[in-house]
Amino acid sequence: MNHLPLHGLTVLEFSQYLSGPSAGLRLADLGARVIKIERPVTGDACRSLSIKNLWADGDSLLFHTINRNKESFTADIKSPEDLVLVRKLIGQADVLTHNFRPGVMEAAGLDYALVRSINPRIIYGAISGYGNEGPWKDRPGQDLLLQSMSGLAYMTGNEADDPIPFGLSIADSLCGAQLVQGILAALIRRQKTGQGALIEISMLESLLDFQFEFLTTYHSSGQLPQRSKLNNGNPLLGAPYGIYTTANGYIAIAMVNIPQLAAAIGSDELAVFTQEEAFSHRDEIKALLSAHLAGRPTAWWLERLHAEDMWAMEVLDWKGLMAQDGYRCLEMEQAITTSGGKSLLTTRCPIRINGERLFSGKPAPTLGQDNERIVMDLLKQGA
Amino acid sequence: MDLLQDIIVVDLSQFLSGPSAGLRLADMGARVIKIERPGTGDICRQLYVSNTRIGGESTIFHAINRNKESYAADLKKKDDLQRVKKLIEQADVVLHNFRPGVMERIGLDYETVRGINPGIVYGEVSGYGNEGPWKDLPGQDLLVQALSGLTWLSNNEHAQPTPMGVSVVDILAGTHLTQGILAALYRRAIDGRSALVQVSMLESILDFQFEVLTCFYNDGRQLPVRSRTNNGNAYIPAPYGIYKTLDGFLSLAMGDIPKLGRLLDCPPLEEFTESSGWFDRRDAIKAILAEHLLSRTTDGWLSVLQPADIWCARVMDYEDLMRQIGYKILNMELKVKTSNGLSVRTTRCPIRIDGEMALSDKGAPLLGEHNKLIDGQFGLGIGLT
Repeated sequence: MNHLPLHGLTVLEFSQYLSGPSAGLRLADLGARVIKIERPVTGDACRSLSIKNLWADGDSLLFHTINRNKESFTADIKSPEDLVLVRKLIGQADVLTHNFRPGVMEAAGLDYALVRSINPRIIYGAISGYGNEGPWKDRPGQDLLLQSMSGLAYMTGNEADDPIPFGLSIADSLCGAQLVQGILAALIRRQKTGQGALIEISMLESLLDFQFEFLTTYHSSGQLPQRSKLNNGNPLLGAPYGIYTTANGYIAIAMVNIPQLAAAIGSDELAVFTQEEAFSHRDEIKALLSAHLAGRPTAWWLERLHAEDMWAMEVLDWKGLMAQDGYRCLEMEQAITTSGGKSLLTTRCPIRINGERLFSGKPAPTLGQDNERIVMDLLKQGA
Repeated sequence: MDLLQDIIVVDLSQFLSGPSAGLRLADMGARVIKIERPGTGDICRQLYVSNTRIGGESTIFHAINRNKESYAADLKKKDDLQRVKKLIEQADVVLHNFRPGVMERIGLDYETVRGINPGIVYGEVSGYGNEGPWKDLPGQDLLVQALSGLTWLSNNEHAQPTPMGVSVVDILAGTHLTQGILAALYRRAIDGRSALVQVSMLESILDFQFEVLTCFYNDGRQLPVRSRTNNGNAYIPAPYGIYKTLDGFLSLAMGDIPKLGRLLDCPPLEEFTESSGWFDRRDAIKAILAEHLLSRTTDGWLSVLQPADIWCARVMDYEDLMRQIGYKILNMELKVKTSNGLSVRTTRCPIRIDGEMALSDKGAPLLGEHNKLIDGQFGLGIGLT
């Protein structure tokens, strides 16, 4: 679609799994042509990494999710013959991404200095786990491990709980998203100056950036963030911030004024606390609130809180969510037909451009499906 | 040259989602001007967290708004609005995170702004999109987490729905907004045309769940079940999770269970020879592991597992982390100074460009600190009655 902002750009994706490929997916949805460069026979290791044993056309559903809207070119970067083709492709590309451990691209002769000598305008995006130096550089850059090492596991759950990780790959997702930011900003500069760029980001730095509010507060106070005893929503925030059990489900309550909250829900016990005590007495307040809210159903509380414009919401699971008009009107789902003819449902790009949602029905590529065409194109251009 | 040199961003947003986008643009070289209401400014200035303040303002305001300028203007006053419009005329990007309808009422909606500046990139963050029954509800991080199904993914099976303890919705929405704005600026450099870029917090947090939502859409819509103990991810087999040891905590990612059994000298694990059982029987495996790992220190276990290339790590809090060389060599800490001499230690932009870190030491602005400068540079006072 040539109305998309990145139309006309070509991205070579040497990345595997989630961090780098999620960046490629976003660039593809914004209009770039993304070609995965995959090793013959096995390809991106994510092709054989399934969750819940779900597969389509011999590849994991997970792979289909992350790699839709891309092409696949197989090449063994250790083979001199294949490397000649890869270098020709690099000569015509705008962006290259990889998430190999430090040293791998150097060994293949595809590090930034060499790639730049082939194509000085290229934007070279590299993701690492822990940066390119120091004692951790060769450690596996794996999401849960990064969460564990970065302090993040002490933010979720309650005070007496063991450290609790986010139940999703936050380091991968965030690092990929930030790589996209760096690449796009570099493309803007290139448009003015013709200059290429090296964009580097590590998963550890991404997660530290993610915690910037906590780290700044920690540097200022010297106090480690402390989860509340009960109903922790965010260690930095006072009562009532958290999720509470009601008579028939759960309710989330964000920042609200304590005396106003006490009045709205009819709690005399809560009414003795002032707003100034919301943080210093948060465990007591949360305990009282927790006992009080358990007495009535969610809708009863929501009616009273919303009547006073207080920040509260029902807690839904996906089934509950998808039954709502507020979900349906987003049209967040899109159907994809794989090259093997299987129909899949997935999500679309969350960014809207000029009022339009960005849908793309193009499925994930089978391994090496575009080799012939890409080689023909190279020959045609006499490259 | 900085990547975004000469790009001017007029940022009308407050709190975290929009301002975090502004911060990233600033760190990549843009000039970001916060438009704040006189007297109070960005409400985040007064949002004290854990009772920690810097210079009478919240620590998080300083973290989010360093490297920006502040222009105080009351958008309900004709003169002030006129000045802001004049500024927008000379800007590249406008961004806001007001609820739907507010910018229309002020007279700074996309159509109007495009009339003033036909090359503008206009970015907006909403809570739930601009239509539907939720559009006027507060777009607040915890509430969007609660609605989106996200709270059923962290913590153990029988625990309450558990929110992620960092403002993940705000930060992702801000990140996506930045992506859209940059893509539109790239396009504009080619065709000179304006663009409207919209993200909502709800769509952003659904996108964050794209792998597991896709699984849900295609597996007969089975809701996720967190493991009974040591849950790391409801969709990943044992041992994935965090385990208590004799003196702390150890995390284990994906791994071969019998191999783990041999390395850890835990014979019961060696019986799980079928890899399909690592998901189906993960509760049993995790229970065995949890019991066994209590018997030795974290370092003791790591000394066995790391040489065997098992994906494992020590679980650290900030104190522990900051003692490590692996942390120190990142140089992730940044000291910034405000114009009234206040020094604030925070984190830097995580993106390195051409091998360089972005290390601007410019602190968060005082409210209205740059009015005079901006009035002069952009000629905003001229021609006003």
